[in-house]
Amino acid sequence: MPQYKAPIENINFILNDVFNVEDVAKLEGYEEATPDMVEAIIGEGARICEDVLFPLNQSGDQEGCTWDDGVVTTPKGFKEAYDTYIQNGWTSMVAHPEYGGQGLPQIVQVVMEEMICSANMSFGMYPGLSKGAYDAIYMHGSEQLKETYLPKLAEGTWSGTMCLTEPHCGTDLGQIKTKAVPKDDGSYEITGTKIFISAGEHDLTENILHLVLAKLPGAPDTTRGISLFLVPKFNVKSDGTIGDRNGIKCGSIEHKMGIHANATCVMNLDDAKGFLVGKPNEGMKAMFTMMNMARLAVGMQGLGLAEIAYQNALVYAKDRLQGRGLDGTKAPDKPADPIIVHPGVRLELLRMKSVIEAGRALTYYTGIREDIAHKHPDADVRQEAADWVALMTPVIKAHLTDMGYDIATRAMEVYGGHGFIQEWGMEQYVRDVEITKIYEGTNGIQALDLVGRKMGQNTGRLLRSFFHPVLEFIDAHKDHAEIGQYMEAFGKSVSKLQNATITLATKGLKNPLEAGAGAKDYLKMFGVISLGYMQLLMAKAAHEKIEAGAGDPKFYDAKLKCCRYYIERVLPEHYSAYHALLTGADNLMALSEDQF
Amino acid sequence: MKILVAVKRVLDYNVKARVKSDQSGVDLSNVKMSMNPFCEIAVEEAVRMKEKGLAEEIITVSIGPSQAQETLRTSLAMGADRSILIEIDENVEPLAVAKLLKGVVEKESPNLVIMGKQSIDGDNNQTGQMLAALLGWGQGTFASKVEKDGDQLKVTREVDGGLETVGLKLPAVVTTDLRLNEPRYASLPNIMKAKKKPLDTMAPSDFGVDVSPRVVTLKVTEPPKREAGIKVESVEQLVDKLQNEAKVI
Repeated sequence: MPQYKAPIENINFILNDVFNVEDVAKLEGYEEATPDMVEAIIGEGARICEDVLFPLNQSGDQEGCTWDDGVVTTPKGFKEAYDTYIQNGWTSMVAHPEYGGQGLPQIVQVVMEEMICSANMSFGMYPGLSKGAYDAIYMHGSEQLKETYLPKLAEGTWSGTMCLTEPHCGTDLGQIKTKAVPKDDGSYEITGTKIFISAGEHDLTENILHLVLAKLPGAPDTTRGISLFLVPKFNVKSDGTIGDRNGIKCGSIEHKMGIHANATCVMNLDDAKGFLVGKPNEGMKAMFTMMNMARLAVGMQGLGLAEIAYQNALVYAKDRLQGRGLDGTKAPDKPADPIIVHPGVRLELLRMKSVIEAGRALTYYTGIREDIAHKHPDADVRQEAADWVALMTPVIKAHLTDMGYDIATRAMEVYGGHGFIQEWGMEQYVRDVEITKIYEGTNGIQALDLVGRKMGQNTGRLLRSFFHPVLEFIDAHKDHAEIGQYMEAFGKSVSKLQNATITLATKGLKNPLEAGAGAKDYLKMFGVISLGYMQLLMAKAAHEKIEAGAGDPKFYDAKLKCCRYYIERVLPEHYSAYHALLTGADNLMALSEDQF
Repeated sequence: MKILVAVKRVLDYNVKARVKSDQSGVDLSNVKMSMNPFCEIAVEEAVRMKEKGLAEEIITVSIGPSQAQETLRTSLAMGADRSILIEIDENVEPLAVAKLLKGVVEKESPNLVIMGKQSIDGDNNQTGQMLAALLGWGQGTFASKVEKDGDQLKVTREVDGGLETVGLKLPAVVTTDLRLNEPRYASLPNIMKAKKKPLDTMAPSDFGVDVSPRVVTLKVTEPPKREAGIKVESVEQLVDKLQNEAKVI
């Protein structure tokens, strides 16, 4: 049986030592989020994750959701756990105080999401989608929609979904067929079929609010012809209570590789009553509010699953006695040495540890930047923070889920044959993490987003939010007592990334296939190098603590060693991506289709 | 009714205790500390009594370093109304704790004191009894059930032979056992409200109590490592070993 302990010490290290979560409490509206408050909230959140959600992860996977004539039942214990979760107010955390929320900053949510995804990702998706729906209604909905629906979402008694994909289109949403016909009372009648709807139907909440993309009569056949509608499972009466059943039903649920405890639904809409969210034909814009948040959250899922997989690989590597150390016996009182004595096993564990810790730093930092982008008094500071978040969204989504899969697989393999056996729990993480590379825009789409949208946006302004501070950092730390030794290697990596940027920008302008051909390699370089930057920031912070004689020297010393491992053994992985990128599109396009 | 609950900050029950290299005690540097589990149960019981309308106010008190404020905040997030920290960095022995609590009782005049039967660090199981004796109050220790019965408190105690029910006249001292209740998770809104609840800091001298230790700890050592067992060849060998080596039959 796997185990989970929330990595509180590491979380606090990132929040307090590496970055100043204190700065968030200085922003207007976030005054309550002082470091001690953040610590108390995370501590209690960790208990819920460890004691309530985690024990249902394996059983939920094995039992899965069941469908019976449109009614979906979640696995045993999920309803009770969900009730505990909402009664303790966790769904209201970052919701706005005027609509039922606690108004806490995003960074607290980011940390909570990591722990939930480690503990029970399938469970986490139910409240996670509600949060996305909350944001979309809050940003784009009318005052009446907000007053009717937001407090219920914050309370968690109602939940949300996003209904985009149809049987014939997912990535290219311009093709959707779902129709919305305006009615005299200002509402719309919506008809169509949506597939792959996570949490589309379940027994956890009284009502489910579907945010549905559909086309108005005569709308253009592109993404500029899509509108967003709120379609409740049960119509809501004027007094706010639940009325009759609306024409949206779950036709079936999918049988999937992973996330068995989250219902993935086919939703049939048959003259369902809906309400326009935002302006007609501007549905994609509204949907992107949800999607950008969701993409960061999916990156968190990759990280969360990597963490739980690593924790258990580590336990096993220390427990499993097989053979003796290559350089002699390490545990003479035991029949054999634990496998952690072997360089090959350490390589796996260190790769996991160094990538996870850097990924945690990158996502938390981005969470803090989000809060600054929302609330900082200075418009330039807000813009720069927003640029960072926009630039890093595809990098976090794709790189951390790619790494999540990589780490889950390595962690499973540390168990040898036992990793392949269901009851050890390790293969579940591999099955669960795969979807994170696919949904909310496949990782291939993220690469195109990075190269096609983010790279050239405002003549490269987004890129500056990364390159400027990183180049300054390199310059300022060449002689640093601890990390100075890495600055040459790191500096070279960053200049390769700059070269790759220029190459893709120039070649891509002339021939878009060139941009498409290099996009995945470019994102990989960006991911590997961003995590290198985070490792250096962590080593710097750890070094300061050691110099000051503060805290646990062993803990901080491990950070220095982890940084060294990353810079020496993981950072070079951008080389191959760089060289592949330079070869261009020709080697991909040279074959005719029938030559494959 | 006013309830006073004593809570202690201890080494987290999940953490493996390690002895300091100089054998002077358990190493508490850089390890996770939490509320003593028995104290959590005590807070929970008080909060339940308040929710049932049996109590109007819950005051929690802790004796320890300034970080014990976090432990008190946890109790406030669970539902206590206000807290008192008697700040002291040194280890305080049960009798001194009981004397300090007596001082708090005299100041606050609660009708009931609920506390853990013991803390998982010292495992003394003395303070509640000492406090009751110092106050001259009735005591219901190792409680697994507490009910209000008219003017009395009916306390079911877990004793060696089974369960014993005692009737206590109030005011009284109750110490909690593990099966009394299952403590709640603090809700997010209550964690946030807890910060605004009053928390007073006092010093042992405010109560005129001498807290200097009366017991000298010579050394603390880890228990000997368990040795690997052996497989006996026959029943005769087993009986022989039980008689002559283990000397249990």
